[in-house]
Amino acid sequence: MKVEMFTFLLTAAICLAGSAGVVLLRNPVHNALSLVATLFGVAVLFIQQGAYFLAAIQVIVYAGAIVILFLFVIMLLGVDKAEGLHSEPILGQRPAAIAAAVAILGLSLTALLSVGSRVTGQASTLAAIDGSEPNVNALAKVLFTDYVFAFEITSVLLTVAVVGAVVLSRKAGLAIDVDEFPEGTSSDLLQAKRDAAAEELEVAEEVATDDETPEGEAETTEEALR
Amino acid sequence: MLALNETWYLVLAAMIFTIGSVGLLTRKNPLVMFMCVELMLNAVNLTFVTFSKALDDIAGQAIVFFVMVVAAAEVVVGLGIIVAIMRRRQGADADDISLMRG
Repeated sequence: MKVEMFTFLLTAAICLAGSAGVVLLRNPVHNALSLVATLFGVAVLFIQQGAYFLAAIQVIVYAGAIVILFLFVIMLLGVDKAEGLHSEPILGQRPAAIAAAVAILGLSLTALLSVGSRVTGQASTLAAIDGSEPNVNALAKVLFTDYVFAFEITSVLLTVAVVGAVVLSRKAGLAIDVDEFPEGTSSDLLQAKRDAAAEELEVAEEVATDDETPEGEAETTEEALR
Repeated sequence: MLALNETWYLVLAAMIFTIGSVGLLTRKNPLVMFMCVELMLNAVNLTFVTFSKALDDIAGQAIVFFVMVVAAAEVVVGLGIIVAIMRRRQGADADDISLMRG
């Protein structure tokens, strides 16, 4: 229990420091890296509670893909400069935000701590974690039986997201702006290469036919000799 | 020494959620606001997993799986929108894009 408590406290400190860094640091790159710290901390807490598959997904998808996507966009847009914080257009936005934070935290802490350490609710009868099968197997069984429809919808959602991202990130208007490519687009260059290759082939064939004619003459002379 | 039970995890998740919501309300860079939304989603995921263990029910972890997928799709589309806006207006922040026009 002592090891578990130590792990929890260390991870919780990392999580809180990381999330504070996301909010407080000025440079967006530092924000993204703080977010990685928090995500890793949450992954550790997942492992501590036996959700091994989700911990792996957390590291691979969140820390590996989503934060990298954030960093790509930050570097692509060149917005990695410090944010100007002096202007505050909405009057009293910060005090209102702090009041909302106090309200959210106070409400949830009151709700959590007033009941003590009990968790109300009924233990599962249909999808119990009885420890007889590994976490991945149990999760897969539930995903492909009870939630199979939602699982399939998920694939549609991902396809829609990919199409949407492509449509959004394309420049508005025509498909390809040819002015960007003074030497022509890559398909034009490819077509030109193909034409050149075809011409070469024709020339080579002509040469070959020229070579054949004397042979043909030689054959006719041989036939004539016979 | 206090024993480690579900309440510790839930309190930590509530703290992360609060920090994320404060960031969402105060920051103006749209990218950082997105990161704060990710923080809040992660806090809720942690709550789901904690209850999944407390109530001995794998369905909580299945929900977290779906939340992660939706979060990934949301980030892809959201960053696409941000890139499209930033191309037109360099250095735009959340106040500049209060209208639904690029």
